[in-house]
Amino acid sequence: MYSHNNFIQTELWKGGPVPGQFYNFPGTSQDINAGNITAPGLYGSNRSSSPITTGTSVIGVKFDGGVMIAADNLVSYGSLARYQDVQRVFKINEKTIIGAGGDFADFQSLKRSIDQKMVEDMCYQDDIEMQPKSLYNWLTRILYNRRSRVNPLWLEMVVGGMQDGVPFLGHVDLRGRAYEDDVVATGFGKHFALPLVREQISEGRLLSQSEASQVLRKCMEVLYYRDCRAISKYSVAVSTAQGTIVQGPFEVNQNWQLATLVKGY
Amino acid sequence: MHKIQSFPEYQVPGAQHQDFSPYESNGGSIVAIAGEDYVVIAADTRLSSGYTIHTRKQNKLFQLSEKTVLGSTGCWCDTLALTSLVNARMQMYEHLHLKTMSTEAVAQMLSILMYNRRFFPYYVSNVLAGLDSEGKGVVYSYDPIGHCERTTYRAGGSAGTLLQPVLDNQIGGKDRDVKNKPKVPLEKAKEVAKDAFISAAERDIYTGDSVILKVITKDGITEEEVQLRKD
Amino acid sequence: MFRNQYDSDVTVWSPQGRLHQVEYAMEAVKLGSATVGLKNSDYAVLVALRRAASELSSSQRKIIPIDDHLGISIAGITADARVLSNYLRTECLNYKYAYGARYPVSRLISNLGNKMQVTTQRYDRRPYGVGLLVAGYDERGPHIFQVDPSANFFNCKAMSIGSRSQSARTYLERNISSKGRDFVCTKDELICHGIQAIRGSLPNDEDSESPLLNISIAIVGKDQPFKILDDVESKKYLDMAKKLPAPPAPSDDVPSTGGDDDEDKPGDAPPDPQVLVGTMER
Repeated sequence: MYSHNNFIQTELWKGGPVPGQFYNFPGTSQDINAGNITAPGLYGSNRSSSPITTGTSVIGVKFDGGVMIAADNLVSYGSLARYQDVQRVFKINEKTIIGAGGDFADFQSLKRSIDQKMVEDMCYQDDIEMQPKSLYNWLTRILYNRRSRVNPLWLEMVVGGMQDGVPFLGHVDLRGRAYEDDVVATGFGKHFALPLVREQISEGRLLSQSEASQVLRKCMEVLYYRDCRAISKYSVAVSTAQGTIVQGPFEVNQNWQLATLVKGY
Repeated sequence: MHKIQSFPEYQVPGAQHQDFSPYESNGGSIVAIAGEDYVVIAADTRLSSGYTIHTRKQNKLFQLSEKTVLGSTGCWCDTLALTSLVNARMQMYEHLHLKTMSTEAVAQMLSILMYNRRFFPYYVSNVLAGLDSEGKGVVYSYDPIGHCERTTYRAGGSAGTLLQPVLDNQIGGKDRDVKNKPKVPLEKAKEVAKDAFISAAERDIYTGDSVILKVITKDGITEEEVQLRKD
Repeated sequence: MFRNQYDSDVTVWSPQGRLHQVEYAMEAVKLGSATVGLKNSDYAVLVALRRAASELSSSQRKIIPIDDHLGISIAGITADARVLSNYLRTECLNYKYAYGARYPVSRLISNLGNKMQVTTQRYDRRPYGVGLLVAGYDERGPHIFQVDPSANFFNCKAMSIGSRSQSARTYLERNISSKGRDFVCTKDELICHGIQAIRGSLPNDEDSESPLLNISIAIVGKDQPFKILDDVESKKYLDMAKKLPAPPAPSDDVPSTGGDDDEDKPGDAPPDPQVLVGTMER
C-alpha cells in the first residue's frame, strides 16, 4: 500500500517490452504458459475443464424504453434436473440486470465479486452506480483473463440495463467474446429463441414492453418443449428508466395432448 | 520430492468432459485499399462461430486516431483485448509525447504487441489503414504473431484468400504491364471494395449481413454502410 | 519565515493541535503562479498564468491533461505535480481499460486524497508541495476540485490558487451568480470570466497587455473532451476578455486573513482553507 512506485503503470506494461527489458519468452516466470497450467499439479490436481452444475439458456431482449432478460429456474447436475428453484437472472442495481448460463458455481463466485462492487459503490455515498456497459466491459476483461490462463469461468452471461437513459444489452461468453445486440441468447436459446424474437422485430422497430414479455414467454415455452435441460418455470429481470425488478417465477403454457399421437419411438 | 501416482479422472455422473480451447474463429473479412491521398478500409458486420451467427451488426473497424483505422477479425475476444490495449497504449503515447501517434508508429507498435504473445498468439487477422506522415494512403497487414508488411491494398480475414486475387487484378494491375500501372481513383477503390464484399458474401458463410466502409482523407473520416446477403 | 520547536517533523503536533510541516507545505502552493478554475452547468474551465523560470528557459506547463474527461492545473512544486498527474493518468487508464468508462471525478479525487494523506502522517514522507485545481466532466456534470498539500480536497463552484490568487477569488465571488449553483453564462463568457479573474493576479510591474499571452486555457464539458486551447484560440478569448471592463483591483474590502503574501506571524491563527464555495454535493 505504501509502495513508492504505484504510479508506474505496471498493469498496462504487463507482458510488454518494459523499457530495458526484452520480450517475455516461455520458461521465464512472468510468462503465461498454457502447458504449465493445464498439466496436473504435484498431487494430481487438475483444473476444471468442464462445467458440473449448469444452467441452460438465457434470453435478453431490448424493448422501447428498457431491457428484459429471461431464464428458467433450473440448475442441472449433468442430465439430472437437480435444483429446480434457483434464480439465474438478477438485479445488480437500479440500472443493471444480468442473467447467467453455464457453470453455476463459477457464476456464484463471480456474483459475489459483483455484489462486493455494489457495496463499494454504496460506501462512496455519491449516488454513482455501476452502469450496465461498465459491468459488461469488466466481465469481458475478467472472462478473457481467465481464458488466457486456460482456466476459464465456464459462463455465458447476458448483461442488460439502462445506459444514460438508453437500453443496453450485451453478451459475454467464457472466452471473453463480447457483443451487443437488440436480442441475445445463450446455449440452446441461440438456436430456438433468437429466430422467434427476430421474427417479431421487423426492421429497426423495437418491441413494446408487453410484446417483449409475450415473445419471451413463447421462447421459454419452446425451449421447455425442446431443451432437455430446461424446466417450465422461469423468471424475468426487467430494467427500465424507473428502475430494475425481477419478476416471476412464471409457468410456461404447456399442452401435451399431442404427445399421445406421437408413435413409432 | 516423491511423485504421487496420478489419480484416475474423478468421475462425476452425467458431467461430460469438454475440452476447452481458448481460441474460436468468429469470422469476418477486411479489405483495405490505399491511394495517393486517401485510404479505404471496409469490414463486414457478421460475428459468427460455426453455423451460428451471434450478431449481424458488429463493427470490426476501430478508429484509433483521426488518421488511422484498424480492421481486426478472427478470434473476437482477442480482437477486443488487443484493441483496448492499443487504445490504452496510444493514450499513454499521447500523454508522454504530446502528440497523436502517427500511422507508422501505430503499425510498429501493433507488430510488437502481437509478437509479445508469440507463443500464445492473438488469433487475429489485422489490417491497419491510415495516412502516413506525408499524407499518403497506406495499408499495413499482419499475421497473428506480428509480422508486419506495408502495402497499398490488402484483403484479410475469413474471405481474405478469396479476395486478395481480386484486388491483385483490379487494384494492383497484376494482369497488366507493371510500368503503366494506372493510379486508382477513390471512387473506383470504393466500388471494388463493395463488390469484393458482395462476392465474398456469396461464397464465404462467415462474411455477410452488411459491410461498413470508412474513407480516410486529410479532411477526416467518412463512413458508409452497404447491405449484404443475410443468409 | 516563522519557526518554532514543534515543526521538526511532519509527525509532530504543536500544542495548538497544528501540524506545522503540513502548513509549510501549504505555503508552497502560494509560490506558484496563479491559476483559476470555474464552471457553469455544462463546462469546466481552467485558466493559468505561465511564468518562465528564467529569461533563458521556456515557461512551465501549468495545465496537465489527465484523460479525455479530466485535467489539472497546478501551483507549487512542478515535479510533485508530475508525480501526482502520473498517478491520476494511470488510475484513469486502468479504469477505462477495466470498465470502458471514464473515472467519476469525485471518486478519483477522493482516492488521490487518500494517497496524499499518507504523506502527512509518516515521518519518512513529506507532503506533496503542490496544489491542484481539477476540472472534470462525468455523468454528474462538470466539476472543479481543489486539492491541497494537506490532502484536503474541496468541491468548488469556482476557485483560484497560487500567488496573488486572492484577487481572483474576489472577482469570482463578485461575479458568480447568486441564484444558480454555478456561473450562469455561455461557454465563451465562462472563459472570459476566468481570464478576467486571473488578470488581477498578474504581478504589478507587468503591463496587463503584453503578458496576457502567457496564459493557458483549458476546457472540458458536455461533448467537449479536455482540451488545452492553442495560441490562436487563446488569443481569440483574450481579445474577447479585453473588451470587458478591467477587473476590480484587490481593494480594501478584501479580508486580509488568508492573504497570499502575508508573512506568518507567531500566534496568528492558521489561514482557513481558502475555499470560495465549498459544497457537499459531489
